[in-house]
Amino acid sequence: MKSSVITFPGSNCDRDMDVALKKFGFKNKMVWHADAELPKSDLVVLPGGFSYGDYLRCGSMASKSKIMQSVINFANSGGMVMGICNGFQILVETGLVPGVLLRNKYLEFICKNVFVKINDKKNKYFKNVDNEVLEFHIAHNEGNYFCTNDQLKEIQDNNQIAINYCDENGKIEDQFNPNGSLKNIAGIFNKEKNVLGMMPHPERMIDKSLSGEDGSLFFKNLINNLK
Amino acid sequence: MKISVIITLKKDVLDPQGKVIHQTLDGMGFNDVNEVRQGKYFEIDTKETDNDKAKAKVEEMCKKLLANLVIENYKIIDPK
Repeated sequence: MKSSVITFPGSNCDRDMDVALKKFGFKNKMVWHADAELPKSDLVVLPGGFSYGDYLRCGSMASKSKIMQSVINFANSGGMVMGICNGFQILVETGLVPGVLLRNKYLEFICKNVFVKINDKKNKYFKNVDNEVLEFHIAHNEGNYFCTNDQLKEIQDNNQIAINYCDENGKIEDQFNPNGSLKNIAGIFNKEKNVLGMMPHPERMIDKSLSGEDGSLFFKNLINNLK
Repeated sequence: MKISVIITLKKDVLDPQGKVIHQTLDGMGFNDVNEVRQGKYFEIDTKETDNDKAKAKVEEMCKKLLANLVIENYKIIDPK
């Protein structure tokens, strides 16, 4: 399976993602934001970081960079595109997934492990994951998911919510919402579910001795689903 | 020609920064403030000399980049 990770000026999780993808069998290529062409890929990842210094709005500049037109075309033709953290912010700015990510409710940068509940498994990202709840890491200042009432109705009707913040038993409640996200939303799909944007970092949970292994579960499963 | 743009958050969107500024003003003794909403201001110097054309271009910039219309409104100030 071939993957591509896009590096924008200010990306800082691109190499972590590269390590994670390779560890679980992807042949990964790093792609510079100013390139026009996307290498042949089964998966394209927009990594975390602070692309363009978060100027104007997080992800807004990166969403207009040269490579993004190819990424948008790839996504619109059914290609798998995953945006993590700043990558999620870039995805909402392209309009590939609905909504926006606002400043965290309590104005603090949050860096900690969280639990997320998988809301939908009828997609290539989470199909066949045994667990209902995964422990991932978050590190962000603007992760407060927001959308209009009409958009919310649409994403609920289409089952586009991918994961919600919860406790270790999968209970989705306000007290387990780290950043004020609407309905505890931590990640969403586009309508066709080939595009996934999420704030948590699975690539930070791939080593038993350093973190946890729920990211390993995610990537192992993902590559099998793509085969 | 210089054109100014003001971007504000829509009414229903939470503005935690505005809230904190409000609280701080309160603490400083400015007790009569009802609400503070933080926004952005841009000055765009364009080569275009025709008023209407310049405004139309800036409007396009607002829609495509400067504002995120899910949460923000934009207001173009008439060039003088």
